[in-house]
Amino acid sequence: MSKPIEHDYIGLSEQPFPSMEKSSDANDKKNGLRLKDTELRLGLPGSNSPEREVHDQNVLSLKSFVSGAKRGFADALDGGVKWVFSRGSGGGSEGLFSPRRGGNNNGGNDLSGPDSGLGGPVSKDGDAQNPLVVQEKKCQVASGSSHGNGNTSATASNRAQVVGWPPIRSFRKNTMASHPTKNDDDYNAEAKLGSGCLYVKVSMDGAPYLRKVDLKIYGSYKELSTALEKMFSCFTIGQCGSHGVSSRDGLSESLLIDLLHGSEYVLTYEDKDGDWMLVGDVPWVMFTNSCKRLRIMKSTEAIGLAPRAMEKCKNRT
Amino acid sequence: MCVVFSFLFGLSLMHKKMEFPFPDEVLEHIFSFIQSDKDRNSVSMVCKSWYEIERWCRRKVFVGNCYAVSPRMVSRRFPEFRSIELKGKPHFADFNLVPDGWGGYVFPWIVEMAGAFPWLEEIKLKRMVVTDESLELIAKSFKKVKVLVLSSCEGFSTDGLGAIAASCKNLEELDLVDCEVDDLSGHWLSHFPESYTSLVSLNISCLVSDEVSFSALERLVGRCTNLRTLRLNRAVPLDKVADILRRAPQLVEFGTGTYAAELRPDVYSDLAGAFSSCKELKSLSGFWDVVPDYLPAIYPVCSKLTSLNLSYATIQSPELIKLVSHCPNLQRLLVLDYIEDSGLEALASSCKDLQELRVFPSDPYGVEPNVSLTERGLVAVSSGCPKLMSVLYFCRQMSNEALVTIAKNRPNFTRFRLCIIEPRTADYLTHEPLDVGFGAIVQYCKELQRLSLSGLLTDRVFEYIGKYAKKLEMLSVAFAGDSDLGLHHVLSGCESLRKLEIRDCPFGDKALLANAARLETMRSLWMSSCAVSFGACKLLGQKMPRLNVEVIDERGPPDSRPESCPVDKLYIYRTIAGPRFDMPPFVWTMEDDPSLLLS
Repeated sequence: MSKPIEHDYIGLSEQPFPSMEKSSDANDKKNGLRLKDTELRLGLPGSNSPEREVHDQNVLSLKSFVSGAKRGFADALDGGVKWVFSRGSGGGSEGLFSPRRGGNNNGGNDLSGPDSGLGGPVSKDGDAQNPLVVQEKKCQVASGSSHGNGNTSATASNRAQVVGWPPIRSFRKNTMASHPTKNDDDYNAEAKLGSGCLYVKVSMDGAPYLRKVDLKIYGSYKELSTALEKMFSCFTIGQCGSHGVSSRDGLSESLLIDLLHGSEYVLTYEDKDGDWMLVGDVPWVMFTNSCKRLRIMKSTEAIGLAPRAMEKCKNRT
Repeated sequence: MCVVFSFLFGLSLMHKKMEFPFPDEVLEHIFSFIQSDKDRNSVSMVCKSWYEIERWCRRKVFVGNCYAVSPRMVSRRFPEFRSIELKGKPHFADFNLVPDGWGGYVFPWIVEMAGAFPWLEEIKLKRMVVTDESLELIAKSFKKVKVLVLSSCEGFSTDGLGAIAASCKNLEELDLVDCEVDDLSGHWLSHFPESYTSLVSLNISCLVSDEVSFSALERLVGRCTNLRTLRLNRAVPLDKVADILRRAPQLVEFGTGTYAAELRPDVYSDLAGAFSSCKELKSLSGFWDVVPDYLPAIYPVCSKLTSLNLSYATIQSPELIKLVSHCPNLQRLLVLDYIEDSGLEALASSCKDLQELRVFPSDPYGVEPNVSLTERGLVAVSSGCPKLMSVLYFCRQMSNEALVTIAKNRPNFTRFRLCIIEPRTADYLTHEPLDVGFGAIVQYCKELQRLSLSGLLTDRVFEYIGKYAKKLEMLSVAFAGDSDLGLHHVLSGCESLRKLEIRDCPFGDKALLANAARLETMRSLWMSSCAVSFGACKLLGQKMPRLNVEVIDERGPPDSRPESCPVDKLYIYRTIAGPRFDMPPFVWTMEDDPSLLLS
């Protein structure tokens, strides 16, 4: 059993990636629950920001995806949806989310119920607080992390971002964002770099044109995945409207999965060195600072990608 | 222009009354003095024969909305044009409000022109999607092309630029302004053959890669002795600037790359010497990552400078004050808000020729002000600079009192764009809306052509605008107004309005439908996050066949929701080309219904 404390989010840990041990869980997906995932979230109180916790889970999701579990892109996101909102062991860690589905989560040990990542946000134990907590935490993560820092004090000093406001052209935004302002010696450099916007292009194999996303408005890999799923579902489904519902709704998620069933997609990115990497390898903030563009590629093409990740795959099998 | 027009009017009367009208050649010769589109359009409406003569001799075509006409229509009407300017996406695309894939593709235009206009000399594109394929087709088809200007365009890479460089032997101007270019490397510059020497203007400031081929750049600059404008990109380090300037001391406009290096006296004196040798320099830009100690290197040229773009220069007020005090002839200044009120006061006293000022925010997303830049700075400049006509100003507080003072000081404003960073910010002194302040702007500045509003505003401000802003051509509105009445005031009152863009305002169906006919006299209307229902869009589309009513909604087709649901984004423009067919899945054009045509 992996010790959550040693799961080094920087990825430099000598320990084998926890997902190694989780591969059996990935295969157990059909039976539903990734109990071990939930255990991993038992971090030291206050040791992990919500976004890091979220990150951990996303790494798992994408890793097990790479390890060959037959899941489409949406499934990977789906996996993200499932367990990103889960309660930790006590009140210690900040930014804890309530379980999104099924059972009470006493230290994450006995999630029960069907594999229903497609379910709605309210947990079945009827805890009325949960949806509100989820919403609140989501807003916090969204505004706090969008400035590269899950710390709530950074939230207070940076306004929630409205799309296209203030009206500043992308070139200027990107130029200023990539260079911290000089008179802000007292500022946390990371928070400063995290402010502003960072538009990166997203291409999808087979789609007729590129999209652009502002990485700074997302607080986590999960948020990014959800947004990309929405954006590109048009291409896989045809007219967005033929299914009529937003991809947040469980119904269309399953339709999306059906459509992508035959073709799996992987989310990859090009980093500052020009290497193509799998999304999810590094902590969210590091990712946003090094990501130059994104590509949703067919997983068959992803072989040979991101040596570091592939090495880990080899270790697993 | 009035003189020209009355002359033409008189001429047309004579022409009509004469039994044997002027020979075409004479009219053509007279028309050749008429350059502006507006005047050309007026000329063409005098009578059929003037229309015919004018269309054969129009050399510059301007298409303000690429979907208002088709390429075929343009080439049919103007068989002899040499220069084309096309604009694609609506202005709010600059702020990412128009989703990718919306449109604005230049390729069909290039295809149309490639066959019929091999003598094309100038191509100017703004907010269009330009692919490498389009650039390659331009390079192949237009051997005489002299000017290629791509402004806020996207979709191409440096490979496309390489194709242009390799084939366009007569190219004089290559100007990339704020484009999103896939910068694969700096090697495209070496595609300009060694025999190529005609470059007059090169602007590559928006290229973002860290690589640039210095030797190719230096050789290019060295052999193009007519080079007047050179705007480098951030990748060019400071120690290369001296080399480049020495090869081109005749430069009139120059943009540096990164203006930072280790402090070394030899680098400094090299640089200062190179700048001193440039006796013609009038415009400077670039200045990324400025190390202030290197700034004095440009002092020798400051007294002749008329244009200075420091909007990427993260230097503080004291350095900025020193710098502008060396530039008494400055007409145009772009700067960050680090200049602060004190810097603007210094500017007001040193630069009496100032005509245009743009102050950009250094920390647009911070809640607390990081610099001391308030309404005071703008008041100072409006008071001290008698020729000031154009302002773009980002700040965090404003008062009606200040706006009224500014308006009274500077009734000659033609462009006034104020962005108070936090939406719906009230007058910080009285906590009232800023209606009266902006009202004063439109009332006193009778020549105002462009206005951008911000702050807390009620329908009242639109009443003022409708009443006074008779020359206003473009209006940008965000987070303002209370009801449809606001929109109605603008549409019914602003006679010269051509472009209206609105976001996050409670404007709905009534004003739009009541002023439907007005929309045909405008170039375009953009409304996003407002309250216009799908039903109203449909109705407008049905009744107004000469408008394209585009509903842009990434949530899915609007008919999957009730008709009373507001649409996400709405873009309405007049067109004689009918609905377009290159739309992505999230854009719907409302259909015409001939049976419902307004009489």
